[in-house]
Amino acid sequence: MYDMKALYEAYSVEEAVRLRLEHPEAQIIAGGTDVLVQMREGRRAGKELISIQKISSMRGVTIDEQENIRIGSLTTFSHITHDPIIVEKINVLGEAVDMVGGPQIRNAGTIGGNTCNGVTSADSASTLFAWDAIIELTGKNGKRYLPIKDFYIKAGTVDINVAEGEIQTAILIPKASYENTKGCYLKYGMRNAMEIATTGCSVNCRLSADKKTFDRVRIAYGVAGPVPMRAPAAEEFIGGKPITMENIEEFSRKVLENINPRDSWRASKAFRLHIAVEMAKRCLIESVKRCGGDV
Amino acid sequence: MGIVGSSEVRVDAFDKATGRTKYYDDLAPKEALLVRVKHSTIAHGFVKSIDKTEAEKIPGVVKILTCFDVPDIPFPTAGHPWSMDPHHQDVRDRHLLNRHVRYYGDDVCAVIAENEVAANQAVRAIQVEYEELPFVLDVQEAMQDGAPQLHEKYPNNILNHTTAKAGDYAEAIKEPGLIKVEGWYDTPTVQHSHIENHGCFCQEENGRLVVTSSTQIPHIIRRIVGQALGRPWGDIRVIKPYIGGGFGNKQDALYEPLCAWCCTQVGGRLVKMDCSREETFVSNRVRHAIRIYIISWLHKDGTIAAKKVECFSNQGAYASHGHSIVAKAMGSFNQHYPCPNFEGDAYTVFTNRPVAGAMRGYGMPQASFADESHAEECAAAVGMTPLAYRWQNLMKKGYVDGFSHNELYTDSFRECLEKGMQAIGYEEKLKQYQNQTGPIRRGIGMATFWYNTAVYPISLETSSCRLQLNLDGTVNLQVGETEIGQGADTAYAQMCAEVMGLSDYKKVHVLSCQDTDVTPTGLGAYASRQTFTAGFSIRQTAEMLKKKILDYACELTRQATYNMDILDSNIVRTTDGRVLMSLSELSMTAQYNPVHSEHITAESTYTIRNNAYSFGCTFAEVEVDIPMCKVKLLNIVNVHDCGRLINPALAEAQVHGGMSMGIGYGLSEQLLFDAKTGRPLNNNLLDYKLSTFMDHPDLDAEFVENYEPTSAYGTKALGEPPACSPAPAIRNAIRQATGVGIDRCPITPHVLFAEFTNAGLIRD
Repeated sequence: MYDMKALYEAYSVEEAVRLRLEHPEAQIIAGGTDVLVQMREGRRAGKELISIQKISSMRGVTIDEQENIRIGSLTTFSHITHDPIIVEKINVLGEAVDMVGGPQIRNAGTIGGNTCNGVTSADSASTLFAWDAIIELTGKNGKRYLPIKDFYIKAGTVDINVAEGEIQTAILIPKASYENTKGCYLKYGMRNAMEIATTGCSVNCRLSADKKTFDRVRIAYGVAGPVPMRAPAAEEFIGGKPITMENIEEFSRKVLENINPRDSWRASKAFRLHIAVEMAKRCLIESVKRCGGDV
Repeated sequence: MGIVGSSEVRVDAFDKATGRTKYYDDLAPKEALLVRVKHSTIAHGFVKSIDKTEAEKIPGVVKILTCFDVPDIPFPTAGHPWSMDPHHQDVRDRHLLNRHVRYYGDDVCAVIAENEVAANQAVRAIQVEYEELPFVLDVQEAMQDGAPQLHEKYPNNILNHTTAKAGDYAEAIKEPGLIKVEGWYDTPTVQHSHIENHGCFCQEENGRLVVTSSTQIPHIIRRIVGQALGRPWGDIRVIKPYIGGGFGNKQDALYEPLCAWCCTQVGGRLVKMDCSREETFVSNRVRHAIRIYIISWLHKDGTIAAKKVECFSNQGAYASHGHSIVAKAMGSFNQHYPCPNFEGDAYTVFTNRPVAGAMRGYGMPQASFADESHAEECAAAVGMTPLAYRWQNLMKKGYVDGFSHNELYTDSFRECLEKGMQAIGYEEKLKQYQNQTGPIRRGIGMATFWYNTAVYPISLETSSCRLQLNLDGTVNLQVGETEIGQGADTAYAQMCAEVMGLSDYKKVHVLSCQDTDVTPTGLGAYASRQTFTAGFSIRQTAEMLKKKILDYACELTRQATYNMDILDSNIVRTTDGRVLMSLSELSMTAQYNPVHSEHITAESTYTIRNNAYSFGCTFAEVEVDIPMCKVKLLNIVNVHDCGRLINPALAEAQVHGGMSMGIGYGLSEQLLFDAKTGRPLNNNLLDYKLSTFMDHPDLDAEFVENYEPTSAYGTKALGEPPACSPAPAIRNAIRQATGVGIDRCPITPHVLFAEFTNAGLIRD
């Protein structure tokens, strides 16, 4: 039995926006895999909820007119993993969200919830950072688009204007981001399922036509700071450099100039820094291979 | 093959697979009032005051009881047979709710409410004011002078200290040329994590309290509820339905006494108490973390001249099963690797941690981890292979323990090791994995154990059985040794059917639910004794029932009883094999005979005055990713000599479950506490790293079936043994792969990071 004050259900985005304006204190609930857990723990006990679960227009993966990939915020993890557009164009995202929790969670949890929760460990987040995802927010005055790095304000807080009645409606991957690009996500956990990331690392690269040089490399981490983050020093170092083991090693060491994990009982800072370097290296090697290059 | 020895389908399989099986929560009437406990949020101190004003205003709250309301009757909780000797009785150190709180999560108040939401809101609304005291979490620190004291009667927090001695250790180590090997071995606080959390409900019926509980030990719970409430034991009736596992956590009185008392405080109304998973981790029982120091003095040929062992067991806040766990652990060393000069010390020490009680293996997973890690280092120190060192020094055929009179009748260790080596390809892999370099390396390791089946001669061993012949020739069976998921009921049906001469184990209906008003008194499920112990009373009673049936058959058939037998559920004349009548015909006739009607039943008690050694080993093959500080378990094999297998498929399932527990013990499971507050950090199934299917390779269970000559059916311990040796086998495999011997478990990536850094395998 959950301790909730009221539950409002929206059947359209407009209705959801209206409900938000009417009940500014209410918590949005989609798959419920975070909200209900927190409610049971007492953290959100006694709250009003607005369910957006039944807004079918917010579900699914499409290609829009600008050839961006558009992922509806209610799309579940298991849907993303098996979606043909994702598999073809940004397979690493499907792989990353396939590491969330267990099968039941992945059938219920949504990518919108994963990002709106604002936590650094979200399995989708580092890949969305690494692929320069755009967040689509819809409110009473229409749509607003934000680069994902600006969406995350601080741990647990994202840029959603409640006064505007905003909800997150989609996540976009621009064409320029995914074209000719392959990537790899590694999740470091203490076990192989039902796990929260100790550190998550997502790398992608685009190679030169002869596959000898890095054209563009992007790397992002989860749990390397209070919110998911890129490692620009490493990216800048390796852009335009030939594909050699030495460069890859240097790239992976360069991440230390940006990342800043904390000490906690879950893992020490020293341990997280150590594995972050190793993960960068392994992710990049795998990304090169997936691009058809050789290390 | 007979009925015993066949892989029969579990008697409860269909209902469990289809969800029909009823557990306590299914049986509780929906109008039950709910009890929720307010737990302490400090690790040590006194409750100064409790403000329940706001909580009492919440609609649906019926009553709030506090530590100031409970009767001052200290009671014990351990699920041991009661000892008639006052010196051997369990320690009475519990109250229903506590003013002196001794761990973070201790029970302070109980809210009784009409629904869950009101109960939870009230728990949050109650304000408790504490006088905080310093606390201590570590055993060695707790033993020091000036450490925070948990219980007045136990100076330096030592609940008990016992010793063991053989030969003359001090003299023996003077021998020149001995090689000294020593080490400290650390094992973690882990929790049973059975699927069904403990819970119970209680209502008054005709002045008596009826408690239905998710417990392993209904008859013992009756006694403890009586003790805790100061009521005659006959006032209490305990019902045990099917339960979703226990692994020893439910071999203790958990919340039955509090639930029963709450019932009495609301006029005998039905009250129900459910533990959440978070409470199960903290406010039930855990496995004792035992720190063990071993010194071995070895001759150059690898024989052991002398050995000293010190065991420090972290009891947590209350005595529960107390010293019996570490006493058992200490007792294992000089039987596992017998040596002529031995000294052992075992301490059980109170700390401000959750209470440690019984858990599958009862001290032996801890002892095995220490002893088998140490054996690996001893082998290396004298330049022997792990196998050669063990073969030379392990308990040998013919060994007799003077205390238990247990005897090793067969060459069990050698047979188990040979079978395991073959199953995993040990020799070949050992060679292949020598002298590896590079970041990813493989290794193979082994570990052995021995295990006592039951608790004789330390405690009483008794079993009672009641059999009743039904009109259709089937037999109803009742024993007090409980089904807790392990498959005991199926084994009982097979054992009874075989002795009775029934055509099928399905002709025996096991009354799975124990009800202390109805079921013959038994001690429940614990140790590895259910099949062994119940076997004696089942066989004895089945033979009695069979004799009664044949006596009646004599009257009907005019044949001498010695010329008759029951075969395939028929009365058969053995002299010529003629079927005289079916068992159902006999039963109908007996019941409805107008001149001599008889309800044919039998009931008896058997006091077991022997015990049996069980043996086995684990082989583990790992791949270690050194830079990532990760261990991947590639293959694992357990081999058991548990005597004759009653049901091979169920035996295999038992082993699989134990191996999984052992893998978690070795690699990932550990309850953690905040050093600043004593607060448990990971008391949930996300942060407490039980291993999952994805962390297991296929689990290979192998058996050596040496018939146990003292046993009613040739069987002996299998319930707990599978959890004893996986962790040290994994540890030893990691050692072979990397050269790093890690003397604590679980061997998590954090531990590997530190150890590999120290060993120079990781350089940043």
